[in-house]
Amino acid sequence: MKKRMQILVNGIFKENPVLVLVLGCCSVLAISVTVKGSLGMGAALTFVLVGSNVVISALRKIIPDKIRIPCYIVVVATFVTLVEMVVHAYLIDLYNALGIFLPLIVVNCIVLGRAEMFANKNNVLDSLFDGLGMGIGYTLVLTAISVIRELLGSGSLFGYQIIPEEYTIRIISQTPGGFFMFGLAMAMLVLGMSRKGKKFVPEMGCGDGGCAGCGNAEGCAEKDKEAKN
Amino acid sequence: MNSSLIVSVSPHYHKQGATTRRVMGDVLIALIPALIASVIIFGFRSLLLVAISAANCVLLEFVWNKLFKKEQTVADLSAVVTGVLIAYNVPVTMPVWQLLIGDFIAVIIVKMLFGGLGCNFVNPALVGRLAMMLSFTESMTDYLHTVTAPGVDLLAGATPLAANGLDMSSFMTLFLGNHGGVLGETCALALLIGGVYLVVRGVIKVTIPVCFIASTFVFTFLFNGFDATTAFLNLFSGGLMLGAIFMATDYVTSPLTTKGRVIFALGCGFLTSAIRVFANSAEGVSFAVLLMNLLVPYINEGCRTKPVGGVKA
Repeated sequence: MKKRMQILVNGIFKENPVLVLVLGCCSVLAISVTVKGSLGMGAALTFVLVGSNVVISALRKIIPDKIRIPCYIVVVATFVTLVEMVVHAYLIDLYNALGIFLPLIVVNCIVLGRAEMFANKNNVLDSLFDGLGMGIGYTLVLTAISVIRELLGSGSLFGYQIIPEEYTIRIISQTPGGFFMFGLAMAMLVLGMSRKGKKFVPEMGCGDGGCAGCGNAEGCAEKDKEAKN
Repeated sequence: MNSSLIVSVSPHYHKQGATTRRVMGDVLIALIPALIASVIIFGFRSLLLVAISAANCVLLEFVWNKLFKKEQTVADLSAVVTGVLIAYNVPVTMPVWQLLIGDFIAVIIVKMLFGGLGCNFVNPALVGRLAMMLSFTESMTDYLHTVTAPGVDLLAGATPLAANGLDMSSFMTLFLGNHGGVLGETCALALLIGGVYLVVRGVIKVTIPVCFIASTFVFTFLFNGFDATTAFLNLFSGGLMLGAIFMATDYVTSPLTTKGRVIFALGCGFLTSAIRVFANSAEGVSFAVLLMNLLVPYINEGCRTKPVGGVKA
């Protein structure tokens, strides 16, 4: 169980999908304008991640290696369609707010990345925790960025006006502001993870198996480094 | 270790006894005519804004260095230059808190976060200006003209870039800067005096300003359907003089070789004209210089000087 908790926590800090693995940034930059949208997007992605991780992990011995990516896509797309229909039916405001980014979860790099890097070589339960940890990590970053962006950029939180309109800094809620905050959040994570005298250097998320167990080892720059060592 | 070898980040300066501080001091002196002009044109609030902005930039850099236990760098005066340049880019009616945010973005986000002077990949003052432009569009384009005919308190009008028709008196107005606009860019004469001072002192080379301004003339002439009057007007309006003389020439963010500088300045001129003519935006100079700033590493790479007798890299 301790190992499982470690997998979960890894997804939040050491291998945070957004700030360390730098995956799924497109949706982070676009969605993090409002807190509501961020929470909704985070929940949707977490659901898809957990579901696809579990199913892909369960099918990992059946899926032929050569066509694994299309297989992943089919599994992921199933879950995304589910989420999309549910959100469309019950949360129409959120559906409108997320727009294209909801169906685009199909090709979200975090989902595909975890399927490739983790689910296809770990058991079902581990994959579940990995999906959960990654999903929480994504949601936390997205929400943290969106709190700052919504507060400074539009002066509101959850849609309630807190700072009067004329004292807002509009650039924060525009695209450049998204990049500012994204970079700052990355720097903060490195700062927070660094211990005295030892700077935190993000790992590329190759997992415990090292290069031997990695599907991307061929053509991966990290592999050459490992070979040299 | 030979003590005459100093390893440091750019700006590298080869003149004997020259320090960053001296260079920045010269830039500040060169900026004084424009300050005087802006006080005459817009009144004393402009002086106040410049002072606040400069003080704020110095304070921000000081606090940052203290906070992260870095070597104190405020004495090199670069923060003062950044502060003054940012203030030159706002209209006289700018609320002070908005100016302070522009300073913050320029000094902390663009300069200090990347490692301080020499490590910034674009001109801090420019990003400060654009951030304010995008955030506070209304107050940034509030081009009030305070010194007007007797009986009129304030006169609001389009920036001369938008006005049309040209005779000698309107040209003189434009040249002397007696029109609405932001603090430091209206008086072309004062900026030119500052530019000449910098060239005479050897702080900047004429390459960038001259190529920038000349190419802007040529390209606006071409883009406007061979209209020489408009092209000529374009030279003295907007931020072209300020941008060409004080911003495009920043050591850190301009190419190292003369050939590179020519390419850089031509690119600036081309983009400025293209944005002014086709994009219907007065922000030509800022975006042009910013874009070319980003290309500087590639320009440097492409224009590397061949060592004598060496093979082309």
